[in-house]
Amino acid sequence: MPLVLNEEQEMLKSSAAGFLAEKAPVSALRKLRDDRDAAGFSRALWEEMSEMGWAGIAIPEAYGGLEYGYVGLGLILEEMGRQLSVSPLQSSVMVGASLINIGGSEAHKRTLLPAVAEGKLLITLALQEGLHHAPEKTALKAIASGDNFILTGKKVLVMDAHVADKIVVAARTSGNAGDAEGISLFLLDAKTEGLSRERVIMVDSRNSGNVVLDNVSVSKADLIGDLNGGMAILEQVLDIANACLSAELLGLSLQAYEATIEYLKQRSQFGVLIGSFQALQHRAADMFAELELCKSMVLASLQAIDNGEDNVSLMAAATKAKLCEVAERVTNEAVQMHGGIGMTDEFDMGFYMKRARVAQQTFGGYSYQLDRFASLNGF
Amino acid sequence: MPDLEQFRADTRSWLEENCPETMRQPMMDESDMVGGGRKPTFKHPDQKLWMERMAAKGWTVPTWPKQYGGGGLDKHEAKILREEMSSLQCRAPLQGMGISMLGPALLEYGSEAQKLQHLPKIANGDIWWCQGYSEPGAGSDLASLQTKAEEKDDYFLVNGSKVWTSGADKADWIFCLVRTDNSGSKHHGISFLLFDMTSPGVSVKPILLISGRSPFCETFFDDVKVPKENLMGEQDKGWSIAKYLLTHEREMISGFGRGASKKFCETAVEAIGLEHGRLADPVLRNDIAKLELNILAFAKTMERVGDETKSGKGLGAASSIFKYYGTELNKTRCELMIDVNGEQAMGWEGDNYAGGHFSRTWLRSKGNSIEGGTSEVQLNIIAKRVLGL
Repeated sequence: MPLVLNEEQEMLKSSAAGFLAEKAPVSALRKLRDDRDAAGFSRALWEEMSEMGWAGIAIPEAYGGLEYGYVGLGLILEEMGRQLSVSPLQSSVMVGASLINIGGSEAHKRTLLPAVAEGKLLITLALQEGLHHAPEKTALKAIASGDNFILTGKKVLVMDAHVADKIVVAARTSGNAGDAEGISLFLLDAKTEGLSRERVIMVDSRNSGNVVLDNVSVSKADLIGDLNGGMAILEQVLDIANACLSAELLGLSLQAYEATIEYLKQRSQFGVLIGSFQALQHRAADMFAELELCKSMVLASLQAIDNGEDNVSLMAAATKAKLCEVAERVTNEAVQMHGGIGMTDEFDMGFYMKRARVAQQTFGGYSYQLDRFASLNGF
Repeated sequence: MPDLEQFRADTRSWLEENCPETMRQPMMDESDMVGGGRKPTFKHPDQKLWMERMAAKGWTVPTWPKQYGGGGLDKHEAKILREEMSSLQCRAPLQGMGISMLGPALLEYGSEAQKLQHLPKIANGDIWWCQGYSEPGAGSDLASLQTKAEEKDDYFLVNGSKVWTSGADKADWIFCLVRTDNSGSKHHGISFLLFDMTSPGVSVKPILLISGRSPFCETFFDDVKVPKENLMGEQDKGWSIAKYLLTHEREMISGFGRGASKKFCETAVEAIGLEHGRLADPVLRNDIAKLELNILAFAKTMERVGDETKSGKGLGAASSIFKYYGTELNKTRCELMIDVNGEQAMGWEGDNYAGGHFSRTWLRSKGNSIEGGTSEVQLNIIAKRVLGL
């Protein structure tokens, strides 16, 4: 498949860009933050997005989706990155629906996916327990008891935890923390007895949360995938999530970069435009080169997912590592090159830097991904 | 497309029959390359055989028109030939400035007489060409060149000197930028001359590089008479040809270090070994992972730009990064190659330690980000032309 968008994809990208610039620009995020919005996102806007099919973009047609693939989802996320648009697209579609589609039974898919595709059901993943992303270190215990499992423990950094309808919890059913084997995935109703949720405000003003499970009883029928076989499903979902987060990082980096180049052409000091200084020109040109590499990697990894290629993990790890490196550099340079104004809350650039760092860390940051890339290359 | 399938089958069987076994081994260094010329040197008789067989089919320059010694292939056929040669690991039968640089410029800017005079000899490997561009006072600022060509009755009288002339000591002809007018802006008044290196007044002195090799020369012109019909393109307007060729050259240099048969990390694993599945040197592992990541991302970018061009989107701005990024990447690769192979890689000559292969390749790579426009000039170009700064 050529590394280039087809006409249909170009149209999706430009219509998403137009829609988001009008309905979900940075000012909307600022308002959600300043109003301390209870949901943390606009339900009316999410309804509109769902009507356009975005919530079902990567869901198979058989389950009510558009079956447009992850290149399509990535294009929307890239444009969302440009505007810093807030929605449950990442928690519920990028992660939740992918989990059900990859690991769920036919019954799960039939009952859950159409509702996700309509935007009426939000599913999120509760995975992380410690300071860093490390899925194999899952320790939260699920103990068999008759036809049920009893779950006790705490999960952190759960996207959209306080507004989700369903939560997929990764739990240990055998072995010890650190073993890839022995992790199982359970689908819980968010209102299950013994499950409590706490919203956590993050630096990027988006929804995150803690989920505490206190002797929560789950039926065997709510296992996603095989008992002890959760890691294989998680790996696939995390590859998808990291490629998609890279698309978002690409969009926000490009936006921050382009705004910075414009600023270099407007701001005068010492009687000349600061863009005439070679010290700034060379840094800008070098970042241009790095961003071109990022564009290629994001598209290549999303295509690899859609084509079912056997190097998806390697491509996803490489892409996320590259985007973490470049997004960090570009957002730092954007603040530096804007000077004092870049440090003010009134100016939008800070939002870009803040969102970049959270998206970088989500499901594994630079060091995690580079290490994974090396291991997958056999060294 | 049954015709193309037939072409592929015919091509493959011809190559299998005509490409000697020795010409299907990877090239080790520059001495394995064939440059042709009036006094050609062949390390192995099969090199001569392979060059002549390919030249007879026009496949040393597959896409040039047949009347100029080319193969007359369209781009689909040329791609098939490339693919089949690569799958059989056939070496390039003939390389050099004639094929990669002057030929394309002649096809674009040359007169019919010039094309007929020079192109077939390039295609056959009869003439070795060198390029007279840089001067002692005109490196990055190439347009300030001062080699003078005075207009006389039926010739130009050329005086001055060139530097970094690749292979001038072996070359038969030179394509040379000269100044025919000094009155206007520096980009005006440059002309593009072709002349024989045996012309009276031409002298050449090889430059010994830090790699211990002398691929470049100083070239001196002392009252050299160049017939007027050897002017290519319009007088005083040679800068556009120069720029055209620089673009070509940059694309070529950006590819240095690519096409290595083995992945870098595999070499590292052989040299250093694994501990618990990871390279035993954790610091080096980190550096190699970054290098492999950037090699992959750069390759994907070349692929993307190629696909965009094929899909009719035109050559995007991304292509402006190739020379800069590719050469910097190759320098990093060569530094790491030394680290991976340890102090032995610093061997210089003799049978031990690969006979200085690593150290000489490493030293040579330092020139990649200087020749054909320095990295700093490339960044200036991106800042000005792409970013509009």
